[in-house]
Amino acid sequence: MSTQERLRDNAKEAAELITSTTDTVDRGSGNLKWRHFKGTILSVLGWASIIFGLGVLAILIIDVINRATGIFTGGQNWLTWDFFNNFDSRFAQRAGARAAIVGTLYTISLTILFAFPLGVAAAIYLEEYANDNWFTRLVEINISNLAAVPSIIYGLLGLQVFARWLMLGRSIITGALTLALLVVPIIIVASRESIRAVPLSLRQASYALGATRWQTTWYVVLPQAIGGILTGSILAVSRAIGETAPLITIGALTFVPFLPRNLFDIFTVLPIQIFNWTSRPQDDFRALAAAGIVVLLAILLTINALAIYLRIRYQKRY
Amino acid sequence: MAVTDLQKQSSFLRNTREKLIQVALLLAATVSILTTIGIVFSLLFETIAFFREVSIIEFLTETEWTPLFSVKKYGIWPLLSATLLTSAIALLVAVPLGLVAAIFLSEFASDNVRRTIKPLLEILAGIPTVVYGYFALTTVTPFLKNFIPTLSIFNSLSAGIVMGVMLIPYVASLSEDSLSAVPNSLREAAYGLGSTRFEVATRVVAPAAISGIVASIVLAFSRAVGETMIVAIAAGQNPRFTFDPTVPVMTMTSYIVQVSLGDTPYGSLSYYTLYAVGFTLFLFTFILNIFSYWMVRKFREVYD
Repeated sequence: MSTQERLRDNAKEAAELITSTTDTVDRGSGNLKWRHFKGTILSVLGWASIIFGLGVLAILIIDVINRATGIFTGGQNWLTWDFFNNFDSRFAQRAGARAAIVGTLYTISLTILFAFPLGVAAAIYLEEYANDNWFTRLVEINISNLAAVPSIIYGLLGLQVFARWLMLGRSIITGALTLALLVVPIIIVASRESIRAVPLSLRQASYALGATRWQTTWYVVLPQAIGGILTGSILAVSRAIGETAPLITIGALTFVPFLPRNLFDIFTVLPIQIFNWTSRPQDDFRALAAAGIVVLLAILLTINALAIYLRIRYQKRY
Repeated sequence: MAVTDLQKQSSFLRNTREKLIQVALLLAATVSILTTIGIVFSLLFETIAFFREVSIIEFLTETEWTPLFSVKKYGIWPLLSATLLTSAIALLVAVPLGLVAAIFLSEFASDNVRRTIKPLLEILAGIPTVVYGYFALTTVTPFLKNFIPTLSIFNSLSAGIVMGVMLIPYVASLSEDSLSAVPNSLREAAYGLGSTRFEVATRVVAPAAISGIVASIVLAFSRAVGETMIVAIAAGQNPRFTFDPTVPVMTMTSYIVQVSLGDTPYGSLSYYTLYAVGFTLFLFTFILNIFSYWMVRKFREVYD
């Protein structure tokens, strides 16, 4: 091959290379619209999935209110005074949720009594006292694991330990202890975050005045952290109010036509009452269940509003 | 003299009080360990009692579960298959919707939109599960029956779909957290190379946050496996070894509910089955939790 021929080949190759490169660039810039458009598609899909989730929520709420009161499509209103004042009955027209609502109030008050001091104390220990050693790490791993254990497993624990071994039976106190163990990890996590957010300088100022560790914790750290602690604890309580499975497992009854006389009495709660009415095939009982759901959701809504109010009320800026 | 004595005394009182308080706080922290020990031991004791009467081979290989019939068979597979089926349907709903929502909220939405939408989505996770169960049975199943006429009143399809809606915020919120944690310098570098927003989100940010995303999916799976009231109400009470989503089935959790509702005498074999099933369930979720914990640790991208 002569030099001239080789040069010509080279030139041809170079020309081809240039054309192909320009092609790519052209295709690339033509593609740019498509590349941006993919982002638009993702935005649309993002909105679509959010609207789907919230849409289901809206349908659920409207549907339940309609079944309970007949407000949209007509029908009997089940959310009457009788609903709050009557005990459960075999006849839907006479059935009410009085025992269930009172049972929920008793159980949840006791749960708060057990869980709140325990959770906050554990959080104070982990944030203000604990050294970074194997024990602290063990406690931390335990807490994160317990938060992910299914609630029905806590029911099996309560049945065995509280109802059987401690011989507390199928009582309110067994239910409250079981729910307390269930929500303690949630309270610990929320309280720790809130305690950690208190700036170190406040503690140092307190120590400089000669305060002990506990005095610093009690008079300086806790007043600053109480807003977050309360918010987290209230959300934990709202979780406990809706729990059904662990209480069914420890043997809370589905048919209780009287108010509990003391803490060792058998009981029922609102979610179990709803479950019981849902499992009956008659339409009237389904409507009663819807009325129960409206009451339950109203309670949860109030509690969450309280949590939001507290968060705003105690919001601290450093 | 007297003053020093007084000082000594008060500092002694003060130190004692400090010590006592510290011990009390330590005991409160120990409760979490005691709870775990309590769970493991209470499950283990009764499970061992169960396996004294039923062979472990029958438990793992038999495909029928009939402990309440006259011919008793103890094969876990019908309960396990139902649990996996409902969970799989739930994940098919929750993972795509949750992930798209997470990427959208983290990379495309404005701060205002994110601040409004995230708490709204989290309401979905706060609705009691008994309410979802009611909704699945009374609304979703009749609606799906318009498209699938052969659908039974109790089925794993509508239970799974509703459970999936409940799990959307678990996937979306946790994934969004880990997407937001990816440092902006990575995004800026990718934009500097001429990437579009979509390319930055899917090829740079999402891969960097993959450990958190996978952990959120595993956590959602673990929730689905342990979820009780939705499946107990809407999926039925019929233990059968099937993967047909239109027929009634019975999950592990539904079985525990069914036995708990009846009057089971302590020490009977059906009482022990509660704990054998409960232990299987616990083991299942425990492995998933450990896996997600390990996943986050192992594949976390560390930025300084």
